[in-house]
Amino acid sequence: MYSQALDEREDGAPEARNERFEARVAAEEKVEPNDWMPDAYRRTLIRQVSQHAHSEIIGMQPEGNWITRAPSLRRKAILLAKVQDEAGHGLYLYAAAETLGITREELVEQLLDGHAKYSSIFNYPTLTWADMGAIGWLVDGAAIMNQIPLCRCSYGPYARAMVRICKEESFHQRQGFEIMTTLSRGTPEQKAMAQDALDRWWWPSLMMFGPHDSESVHSDTSIRWKIKRFSNDELRQKFVDVTVPQAEFLGLRVPDESLRFDAATGHHVFGEPDWDEFRAVLRGEGPCNRQRLEHRRSAHDDGAWVREAAAAHAEKKARRVA
Amino acid sequence: MSAPPREQWPLWEVFLRSRNGLHHQHVGSVHAVDAEMAIENARDVYTRRGEAVSIWVVPSATIVASDPADKDELFDPALSKIYRHPTFYEVPDGVANI
Repeated sequence: MYSQALDEREDGAPEARNERFEARVAAEEKVEPNDWMPDAYRRTLIRQVSQHAHSEIIGMQPEGNWITRAPSLRRKAILLAKVQDEAGHGLYLYAAAETLGITREELVEQLLDGHAKYSSIFNYPTLTWADMGAIGWLVDGAAIMNQIPLCRCSYGPYARAMVRICKEESFHQRQGFEIMTTLSRGTPEQKAMAQDALDRWWWPSLMMFGPHDSESVHSDTSIRWKIKRFSNDELRQKFVDVTVPQAEFLGLRVPDESLRFDAATGHHVFGEPDWDEFRAVLRGEGPCNRQRLEHRRSAHDDGAWVREAAAAHAEKKARRVA
Repeated sequence: MSAPPREQWPLWEVFLRSRNGLHHQHVGSVHAVDAEMAIENARDVYTRRGEAVSIWVVPSATIVASDPADKDELFDPALSKIYRHPTFYEVPDGVANI
């Protein structure tokens, strides 16, 4: 239903419509699929929600890499459930994007032909089992930080999808921290493995919040439209403030020479991520960009016969009924 | 990808009854070729944590919705009829069980 009937009735002059829209959003009213909305609002949401969906789908790969090599049946079952959740999150989000008037096929096409973006973090390799811990703890931790405010996003279907996702993410983060706890209390080799994972995932995790506010292209409008509630730098600061004590609990060292707690402000002062690396990964030059997309394409192609068979089966059944 | 755009699989709206005795509630939508597949997809996507004891799937195209532009004329008339709520009435002090 949502993806149809978008040819809304439009009353009044365009400026008046726009003003009414801005006033509704400012008053914290939710925008629903068939409501009138400015084209730019629709485009911004399609971009953001679909990038988010693509990130969930591509995000299955770094962890999928370790399912067959999980160290115990318990860990394997948990990791499998987590990766299945990521697929579910992708589907909730694609459905939310579709309510804005774009088809699933177009969305999938944009990902497969390489012009859609997804979170830079998934272009880093998962080299050891400890990476499963670091991803759950740091990457899902950063994602939660980003996503909790999105539960109050002005666009109803996106906000509702985020409520569901946030509930499930908290299992993801805890299972990651449990892996990190186990490793850091294990043998010296295991602890070194945990430290190595933190060393490699710390900076990419900070980059997940995006560029500095001063360089963020879409921030102001998104905040006015209540798509975004906090700025990139605010969220990054919050993440560092909650995560550093967790690293201390694990007895691990955050790989940042300039990191210190500033008692006056109550916040941690921390160093600059390598923004050249960030931009390179976004441009497609990260360690795994090509591999991720190639894998997604081949999974899509390998699944073609299943989709065709399902369609043929449905058609046959429909003919029998007729 | 140069393949021609494929035909969309139909969209289904998913409703879950979370416990016996409660209403089915809309939770989202799935694409599926037929009703059976829609139920299976809805189960995988929306009930991974015991969220339901029953699933309804409804072809989205069959849902008829009110137009947001008609919101005022449809719903405003009810706003002035506050006497439809029990709190409109004053119960004299000392009267119980009403």
